[in-house]
Amino acid sequence: MTTHTLPADPLTLYGETFHSRLLLGTSRYPSPSVLLQAIERSQPAMLTASLRRQTGSGGEASQSFWNLLRQAKVPVLPNTAGCHSVQEAITTAEMAREVFETDWIKLELIGDDYTLQPDTLNLPEAASRLIQAGFKVLPYTTDDLVLCQRLVDVGCQAVMPWAAPIGTGKGPINPHALRTLRERLDVPMIVDAGLGLPSHACQVMEWGFDAVLLNTAVALAQDPIHMAKAFADAVNAGRAAYRSGAMQAQDSAQPSTPVLGTPFWHQA
Amino acid sequence: MSDTSLQVLINQAPHTLPAGATLADAVALAGVQPPFAAAVNLQFVPRGQYAQHALTDHDKIELISPITGG
Repeated sequence: MTTHTLPADPLTLYGETFHSRLLLGTSRYPSPSVLLQAIERSQPAMLTASLRRQTGSGGEASQSFWNLLRQAKVPVLPNTAGCHSVQEAITTAEMAREVFETDWIKLELIGDDYTLQPDTLNLPEAASRLIQAGFKVLPYTTDDLVLCQRLVDVGCQAVMPWAAPIGTGKGPINPHALRTLRERLDVPMIVDAGLGLPSHACQVMEWGFDAVLLNTAVALAQDPIHMAKAFADAVNAGRAAYRSGAMQAQDSAQPSTPVLGTPFWHQA
Repeated sequence: MSDTSLQVLINQAPHTLPAGATLADAVALAGVQPPFAAAVNLQFVPRGQYAQHALTDHDKIELISPITGG
């Protein structure tokens, strides 16, 4: 029997290829050991990280995390979490570039602390200035089509619309908006934030999104290690389904088994 | 400000440095462990420029290090 497999289908962002379509956050895990095992099981394309003031005894937590990143050997995607102004985001990105030695940046520009909704009015300016400064910008954004288009216009080669507010785990709360985005924009799109279940990840991948970025759904699972693997499998399943072309849903029943030759049919 | 000292904030904590102090002096005073990056008054200062970056009174210095993130 010949085994038919789909040809390799790496994720390409800013001309760089990745052999996973899962990007994984590193926060809120029960322990560094669990985080490391979750990384090993899910083999993500990138790991998100952040920068904060050192606290406690000489920055031990920071040093420990730094060593974990080096051990994991996965590309790091620093974020600008907590930034509320364009200048804060730019300065944080510049600091991240020096510390992590990477041009990648997950641009977070928060406009509302309660919902953690991005500052949609200032996001394109921040993205534009970072791109001009040589960054590979992955902007965390809402699912607004025109905003995402503006981000592409200023040079973003990928965008990261949310499925739902960060950390809610609700899954896609506006499927129509996400699917419209997918239909209208040709750049790679990574669904970032709000996913809670592997089925959510599979769903957006079936819709044609290129990758997912998640953190809390894995970190706060009862078993983060196996949940990380479940998400990785779901992402792969959704991508394979998208590439395989789903059937069109029908309003009426269609028999799967051929009707022709049905025994006892119309014998009366 | 006096002629002989500067009042600065390092990660929001008040510190006194001698007049003419540089960012390198502030980093040494803070005792942060590498890796870290620095900014003064919301402007990034590359690592190689700490010793040349003269501080002024009421400068706000941020020294930040890697931490987990989503």
